[in-house]
Amino acid sequence: MRIFIKNGRVIDPRNGIDAVNNIYIVAGKIVAIGTEPDSFQANHIIDAKGLVVCPGLVDLSVRLREPGLEYKATLESEMRAAVAGGVTSLACPPDTDPPLDEPGLVEMLKHRAKNLNQAHVYPIGALTQGLKGERLTEMAELQDAGCVAFSQSDKLLLDTRVMMQAMQYASTFGFRVWLRPEDASIADSGVAHDGEVATRLGLPAIPVCAETIALSKIVLIARETGAKVHLCRVSSAEGVAMVRAARQQGLPITCDVAANHIHLSEMDISFFDSNCHLVPPLRGISDRDALRAGLVDGTIDAVCSDHAPVDEDAKLLPFGESEAGATGLELLLSLILKWAEEINIPLAVAVAKITSEPAKILGVKAGDLSVGTAADLCIFDPGQHWRVEAPILKSQGKNTPFLDMELQGKVKYTLADGIIVYED
Amino acid sequence: MNNPQLNESGELQHLLTTEGLPAPILLKILDTAESFVGVTERDIKKVPLLRGKSIFNLFFEPSTRTRTTFEIAAKRLSADVVNLNIAVSSQSKGETMLDTVNNLSAMHADMFIVRHSQSGAAHLIARHVRPEIHVINAGDGRHAHPTQALLDMFTIRRYKCDFHNLRVAIVGDILHSRVARSQIHALTTLGVPEVRVISPKTLLPSKVERLGVHVYHDMEQGLKDVDVLLMLRLQNERMLSARLPSAEEYFKHYGLTQEKLALAKHDAIVMHPGPMNRGIEIDSAVADGKQSVILPQVTFGIAVRMAVMTILAGN
Repeated sequence: MRIFIKNGRVIDPRNGIDAVNNIYIVAGKIVAIGTEPDSFQANHIIDAKGLVVCPGLVDLSVRLREPGLEYKATLESEMRAAVAGGVTSLACPPDTDPPLDEPGLVEMLKHRAKNLNQAHVYPIGALTQGLKGERLTEMAELQDAGCVAFSQSDKLLLDTRVMMQAMQYASTFGFRVWLRPEDASIADSGVAHDGEVATRLGLPAIPVCAETIALSKIVLIARETGAKVHLCRVSSAEGVAMVRAARQQGLPITCDVAANHIHLSEMDISFFDSNCHLVPPLRGISDRDALRAGLVDGTIDAVCSDHAPVDEDAKLLPFGESEAGATGLELLLSLILKWAEEINIPLAVAVAKITSEPAKILGVKAGDLSVGTAADLCIFDPGQHWRVEAPILKSQGKNTPFLDMELQGKVKYTLADGIIVYED
Repeated sequence: MNNPQLNESGELQHLLTTEGLPAPILLKILDTAESFVGVTERDIKKVPLLRGKSIFNLFFEPSTRTRTTFEIAAKRLSADVVNLNIAVSSQSKGETMLDTVNNLSAMHADMFIVRHSQSGAAHLIARHVRPEIHVINAGDGRHAHPTQALLDMFTIRRYKCDFHNLRVAIVGDILHSRVARSQIHALTTLGVPEVRVISPKTLLPSKVERLGVHVYHDMEQGLKDVDVLLMLRLQNERMLSARLPSAEEYFKHYGLTQEKLALAKHDAIVMHPGPMNRGIEIDSAVADGKQSVILPQVTFGIAVRMAVMTILAGN
């Protein structure tokens, strides 16, 4: 297959490119940018005039719900949603049923995903068996099976000693540990940020110190053990400040934020909107502003969708009983563009947060348009408006706080390994 | 943002919370309740106002007192009442809350009175019922108990006449109390200039001052010159979840005794939503004393609930 993408504004943050140019693809790889290769004959031409051509998006947290949770969504539907959102590489957390704590499960997931020939799936393995927080998983075996990192997902570790030893063991092999900084005993049964809104609505609350206490534990243990740590979904101003301070002291820790959290706050819960029941919770406006500032100054490395399709019945419950999470694959691009436009930063900086930066965190070859690499691309119209409506979303989850709202930025084509896997 | 309790004409469609209800609506309920106080004192305690209407008591959380007062109020208005104790019905067979509501709506309910252990349950039901059905929140989690707050306001007006020169203190577990939240919103809306909450730090919600209250941890300081004392019930759970050490220590510092009551104004009134834990939040001498209006609260509660149902049915 020989594809010629012409006239597009090519944005490749890793290689410092932001210019109108042509891209040539042969046999699944980018063979040239700019100069047409000798005797190139295209099978397919994409006229990307007025569109942006960037690396396929890299999403650090996508729940595919397989194995085990197929009543919420299937691999097929969520992989379709991924490419509809321009995502060509995604990491899925281990909180499936059963959890990804056995090499066989990981292999099966990778195999199933590969056969769909859409986005590349990078499983995150369970850090402890069954995610129970007691015994370590066979991390080396899991890595051989394809895991790129290890985490507890949302099953927070209660035992500090186990956390420390798990990080020490991972660090023996140079494996990455991804942790969501939240102290389980302080968070308790909280469902909303401990602030004015939870007080008015009478919702059990999670104070900011649940995040900062866990964060300081993780930072100290990372320093002790030398483990490569990535912090998942920072949510508070104080949390961002702690990460900044740790980095200034030379600790190579990375962190991400969920796309919803750079736009929304506790105020959006309004009259108990369960689409705003998220983990970590939506916090105060000053927290949201600090997350945005943290993204600008690089304290926060990447933005992910934290995609979590939830069936309608599980959301049509009183807030505290509803299942947390939002569908997000198809909104990731629009939400990052919205942030860029609101604070007036260059498009290339925004694109980096969902391409080259998350690829670095994953440690995989993705997130750029270097010649010779796999042709994973996202071609989008930055100006096109679209309405977030249930029938339009390919994901089985229609649970998003942005439902029925208009967003800007529409994916027109997605290519994975040089094949057009999505066309608007 | 449109108020889910009001219809397009600004009339009360549902009673879910006292928060966000304009003063005229609160006052209309109190004024309507005045006319019903007389009904409960007659021999024939009925008026035909809601004859033919079906009122369903949907109690997902058990309660005898509140359910009974609603039932009495509905029957005094000649309505047909059906009591659903959801814990034993289809809920336990796995039917969702909204499915239960839909099934009952299909039986032509006019009004649902809902009590649930989760905050926001009444709002959710109100969002999903057919437009002709009215929802009254009889208590949802920690969030709201508007009819309790309204009967408390009615009681205060009865004994103190004018809200505008009162000091009111709410004493106890504010953090877990739907009654306290509803009282605070009603008091501030009706123009009470000073609302105090008196509570240990472990029983106060975050940023509670933003609701318009003054915070006291010392009950003796907090009760100085107070006109109305709203006592809250203390639940055993608070000791079990490490928020309080014991009922005894709580009573020593936050329980209402005659000595503490003497710090308030000499004609201060003492109220309690019931049921009381004698010797924990209030001692018997005060509960049964001349400043206590706890029993009249119960009578007024029926009149206020009759008023709410009548106003909703008329809109």
